[in-house]
Amino acid sequence: MSQEKLVEIKNLKQHFKTGRHSVVKAVDGLNFDIFKGETFGLVGESGCGKSTTGRTIIRLYDATDGEVIFNGENVHGKKNREDLKKFNREMQMIFQDPYASLNPRMKVEDIIAEGMDIHGLAKDDKERKAKVHELLETVGLNKEHANRYPHEFSGGQRQRIGIARALAVDPSFIIADEPISALDVSIQAQVVNLLKKLQHEKGLTYLFIAHDLSMVKYISDRIGVMYFGKLVEVADSDDLYNHPIHPYTQSLLSAIPLPDPDYERSRERFTYNPNNHDTSEEPEFREVRPGHWVLCTTKEFDFYKKEHATTK
Amino acid sequence: MTRYILQRLGYMIITMFLIATFTFFLMKFLPGTPLSAADKLSEEQQAVVLEKYGLDDPVPVQYFNYIVNLTQGDLGISFQFDNREVTTIILERIGPSMTIGVQAMIVGTILGMLLGLVSAIYHNGFLDYGSTFIAVLGKSIPSFVFAGILQYYVGVKLGWFPVALWGTWQHTIMPTIALAIFPLAIAARFMRTEMLEVLGSDYITTARAKGVNKFGVVFKHGLRNALIPLVTVLGPLAIGLVTGTLVIENIFAVPGIGEQFVKAINTNDFPIIMGTTLLIAFLFIFIILVIDLLYGVIDPRIRLAEGE
Repeated sequence: MSQEKLVEIKNLKQHFKTGRHSVVKAVDGLNFDIFKGETFGLVGESGCGKSTTGRTIIRLYDATDGEVIFNGENVHGKKNREDLKKFNREMQMIFQDPYASLNPRMKVEDIIAEGMDIHGLAKDDKERKAKVHELLETVGLNKEHANRYPHEFSGGQRQRIGIARALAVDPSFIIADEPISALDVSIQAQVVNLLKKLQHEKGLTYLFIAHDLSMVKYISDRIGVMYFGKLVEVADSDDLYNHPIHPYTQSLLSAIPLPDPDYERSRERFTYNPNNHDTSEEPEFREVRPGHWVLCTTKEFDFYKKEHATTK
Repeated sequence: MTRYILQRLGYMIITMFLIATFTFFLMKFLPGTPLSAADKLSEEQQAVVLEKYGLDDPVPVQYFNYIVNLTQGDLGISFQFDNREVTTIILERIGPSMTIGVQAMIVGTILGMLLGLVSAIYHNGFLDYGSTFIAVLGKSIPSFVFAGILQYYVGVKLGWFPVALWGTWQHTIMPTIALAIFPLAIAARFMRTEMLEVLGSDYITTARAKGVNKFGVVFKHGLRNALIPLVTVLGPLAIGLVTGTLVIENIFAVPGIGEQFVKAINTNDFPIIMGTTLLIAFLFIFIILVIDLLYGVIDPRIRLAEGE
């Protein structure tokens, strides 16, 4: 794959001090690229650092170490106000809980338009209104909704407002932090399809953070699997699903239930035991198959290659 | 909205009527008579005085007369001060009380809120501890102790402001400060707690991700969400301050309503007790109405309008 890189994450670290001597390494040395126009899915169990990664990329947290290079520029370096503003416009975020992430004291119109106000994207009130109405229609709401408050909407509608809000400043990259996990299953598909539609129309790039594997597979072009602050495997989504290499990924995939009794009867669950790894050296990220990277030691690398490199 | 307000005003009238009835009969159970030296007066003299004030009528008649007069805005004549209308006495007295009360409320609330905001923004920092210390002091030191300290150091030693009495605006400064300490402490504590909670919520993260600067996050997104509990506690507090505080008025010799009220109770001056009670009750329900309307302004979720 020789596409243009939009985001490069190099050795990103985010450590939180929890006491005088204890440090939580929420994100510990991440390396991955996100190509222009693709959806990069980030999966992993709760607390493995997925959300922290998203939030650090968009600078809600200051990274402990490492670089986030966006459009060729380091995001975390010292920046003046103008650069920050430009960057804020390019990169937006959709949040997990649509009930909590909209300010209850603001009208939908103002919630959506606030980003435009900051960046001066609307010349006057009329244009501002027109843009808000257009955005509302883009996400499948009507313009009458502009004068209401967030509490008057259902969860799915609220998440649509969250999406409209993120789109208001015409970003090129959107971090979706578990955008559907707080929603009803029937609404999840609607929101994911809306995100897909918007990606086609506007050429957006997504970082899609989730723990629902089937949903991630549906929306993502490539997937990264995280475990305890580290990426253990990155691959194209089909390749990852058909040939999971890292034992943790295999364990995750074996846990997906399917509505098929025959399959379920014979489904075998692998449990992941981190102690089974080769501990003779620090594991590194290595390309086992073309475009398929796994965190492993040299010994494991040889083993994985023998096992997986040839199978199609 | 208009309908709602009218409805509330209707309830207010009923409430006032019930309070008037209740206090009237309570007063009839008070021991003693308004005649301060009853034993020195002959039966005939007593009868003359009682008749003058209508106290010789049977209680139901007295009650009926009082309510009829009340509906015409007539609160009767004071027993202590010969032939002076209760209405004029109260109006004279409420001025100074309200002046220092309102000033204290404004100064206390604004400074307290700022202190609380600083606390929340610099959470667990030096400024937070500093303002917490001030707030604890303000809440734990009684206002009369503080008033005494002010009088001695600022009034006597430094001579910046008059020690007591009433007249110019300089006279209002020290009672105002002494009174403001308590609402300041309350406002600071509430503001800090609420703001900390609000600043930790998801929509604040959203605002930061939008690129809103720190000032905008705190004032535009934070403040309104943190105000509701503050309005709830400060409302009733305001009534207490505005209707006069006995202790502070006594210490600074302010001719306020609080001082008058106590004097009236000691002398069984029924019309003044009734009048003052009704005034305080009226202010109370009025401010509660204002607070309820304010909720709607602050928080759209509690808005009471039936359609726009």
